[in-house]
Amino acid sequence: MSEESMVAVAEIGAAQDDFELLHAKSPVFYPVYERKSQLKQQTHYCPGCGHGIVHKLVAEAIEDLSLQDRTILVSPVGCAVFAYYYFDVGNVQVAHGRAPAAATGLARACPGRVVISYQGDGDLAAIGTAEIVHAANRGEKICVIFVNNAIYGMTGGQMAPTTLVGQKSTTSPWGRRPANEGYPIRMCELLATLEAPAYIERVALCDNKNIMKARRAIRKALEIQRDGGGFAFVEVLSPCPTIWGLDAVAARNWVAEKMVPAFPLNVFRDRKPGPLPGGGPEPRSVAEVLEIEARTADDSSKIQHASHSFQTLTVKVAGSGGQGALLLGQLLTEMGLREGLEVSWLPSYGPEMRSGSAHCHVCLSKERIGSPLISHPDVLIAMNEISLRKFSPQVAPHGLILYNHEQLPEHFAPPEARIVCIPASEIADKLGSTKAANMVLLGALLEETGCLGADTALRVLDEKVKKIELRNTNREALEAGRQFVDKEVWTGAETQPDGFAG
Amino acid sequence: MRQLCKGNVAVIKGAILAGCRAYYGYPITPASEIAESAALLLPQVGGTFLQAESEVAAINMVYGASAAGVRVMSGSSGPGLSLMQEGISYLAGAELPCVIVDVMRGGPGLGNIAPEQGDYFAMVKGGGHGNYRNIVVAPASVQELAELTMLAFELADKYRNPAVVLCDGFVGQMVEPVDLEEREAVVPEKPWAVEGTAATRKNLVTSIYLESDELEGHQRQMEAKYALAAREEPRHELYQAEDAEVLLVGYGIVSRVLRSAVEKARQEGLRAGLFRPITLWPFPGRALVAAAARAKRVLVVELSNGQMLEDVRLALDGRVPVEFYSRVGGNVPTTEEVHTRFASRVQAAA
Repeated sequence: MSEESMVAVAEIGAAQDDFELLHAKSPVFYPVYERKSQLKQQTHYCPGCGHGIVHKLVAEAIEDLSLQDRTILVSPVGCAVFAYYYFDVGNVQVAHGRAPAAATGLARACPGRVVISYQGDGDLAAIGTAEIVHAANRGEKICVIFVNNAIYGMTGGQMAPTTLVGQKSTTSPWGRRPANEGYPIRMCELLATLEAPAYIERVALCDNKNIMKARRAIRKALEIQRDGGGFAFVEVLSPCPTIWGLDAVAARNWVAEKMVPAFPLNVFRDRKPGPLPGGGPEPRSVAEVLEIEARTADDSSKIQHASHSFQTLTVKVAGSGGQGALLLGQLLTEMGLREGLEVSWLPSYGPEMRSGSAHCHVCLSKERIGSPLISHPDVLIAMNEISLRKFSPQVAPHGLILYNHEQLPEHFAPPEARIVCIPASEIADKLGSTKAANMVLLGALLEETGCLGADTALRVLDEKVKKIELRNTNREALEAGRQFVDKEVWTGAETQPDGFAG
Repeated sequence: MRQLCKGNVAVIKGAILAGCRAYYGYPITPASEIAESAALLLPQVGGTFLQAESEVAAINMVYGASAAGVRVMSGSSGPGLSLMQEGISYLAGAELPCVIVDVMRGGPGLGNIAPEQGDYFAMVKGGGHGNYRNIVVAPASVQELAELTMLAFELADKYRNPAVVLCDGFVGQMVEPVDLEEREAVVPEKPWAVEGTAATRKNLVTSIYLESDELEGHQRQMEAKYALAAREEPRHELYQAEDAEVLLVGYGIVSRVLRSAVEKARQEGLRAGLFRPITLWPFPGRALVAAAARAKRVLVVELSNGQMLEDVRLALDGRVPVEFYSRVGGNVPTTEEVHTRFASRVQAAA
């Protein structure tokens, strides 16, 4: 007779008051299992099943450690899916194998509470292998009770990851063959390779002495949670007489004779629980963190409504990765915002970035912006030859192309747009930083088109660039770009001395 | 104050303003900045960020946190959402609120990382097993990514159901001004939550109902709340639709292109208008019927093989001819492309 059956009988007996109650059912169990649809006095577990014993050990530990009002039990998929029928604690039922992940979410949402992840072998060691390994590796403050009975019980006797070599199941009809199914997985040993767990022990329900060892292990795992937490893992080798086709006593013996040799009983980890190294940031207010401080008079002064000659201006900036094409676009966007315009910035992203080319679309407008995707830019800033060749055919007729070179490349058929060649990289080189080429081009754009104010550019640069030396180089580069256009490009001309070949 | 912000970052800003204090996720392009901003910002406001070992784990961490009553979210892109579908089904079945952001990329399979809208069926029609719905909102700008994330939290709690913010790679990656104000997040009481306290000890979060009648009852109750949402929550936006002969229908980034196409058409004297669903489930079908009342044609444009198209056709039920224009694989139609598509037809018809 299983422990639960005895308990159930004891309940009924107590009600009839015709024999002395030696050992009352723990108050951590519901007196009557109202959540169960039938036979609410008895459990759904088979006679001789280990789950009943493990349930009892867990319930008594919760009771003795006064944890009933602090405990959340996560029930798995498998025979223990209905653990919530019995335990009078907070209950959360979860998907197959995912109990350690759900327990992670619970434990982190409820610090100081006791979260128990109760799982079987298929749940924990097959479908949920990733979840248990990573929860253990993070040292989640949860107590894991792992009931290993070497078989899938609930679904009717299929092979488990812990099924023994040679053991027959409905899905290993010739016995488990390592050549086909591999070896039974030893979870304690596997998890003991990790640094974070506080406590790992394997126990067996093969006789009373070992059941008392299991009792101590479960209590210890819960004490760790009570005292501040750490990852505690108790594997319980447990009989499944129904599926094994044995009676209760023979099943217990089978645990001792067959399972224990394959899964040695041991304490694999026992260290003082406590927080793992590493702290978090100092908390700040939401407004500070999101940079949405209350509106001040200063904010409105940041926006300077300039008069703009355009209704909408679209700019495409393209170059190689590292040339600062995306940054140039972002600065333009920020400048537009400062001048009271509607703005959008759309980058190329992902592998394209990493393979060495980058471009972005900038839209500046007096109206709400429709598509941020620009098919025919008014301005193309081509920071290299590839970009010039690739994107110049898209430029709007009578648009502008700024090309980062002293002249156009050979065999280039220029489109119907004004093209200004400017050796921005060389100019930036002379100023001490090739990277400032984008600033030279920004200066040239502002001078050439007057689309945004140069003073806005200086203010944005000063705010966005924190390093003083870099700030000065950028200012010089911006100015050099402006002067180049001013001096060397005949404003209003169709051609540029060294460049435009059309 | 208006500040420039990347779409993916705005998601987390909106989430924090909505009182979200927990994020569980896994990186994926083009959604990674959501996890990155959550990692940077949430711990500073006393929240939790955890990079999970997989999207499978992430969504189940969300399940656990939601069961404890906190406002919690995750974010990913198509392949990650495929992995989350199991968990989303459990969340819906257990009636747990949460917000999930899908920054759609090209598919199927690994596809590519460019924008697409091929996850409509998976997110709007289901994707996981069983009878359930996701509430789905579809932002088209960075400001909306923040605002609709906030709305998603409210709707998720109101209906005790997952809410999905469905956008594409462009909306997630673009930078635009956002104007956000601090506000008191009103998180409703959750007497059903399991918090590990005496007051919540009797609570049970589960999606298992072993008896057929019990499960049917549970599902009928879910249907009732979905019916309520279908009445109360559809949202849409109209642009120049009042007298439109050609009504363009698109959501997310496509609606932005369509808006430009409407402007271009109007300049040429063509009476075009735009209908933009803001909620995809519940789909604003009645509003669409009203908006299409004068239309001679409806043109649906999607970055998919025609997924929302089915909802448009269901709503219009043959009242107006519905045409479809599609780009996939990461291609986004240009304004001119859409314009050419319908303007030439208008001229041909005239």
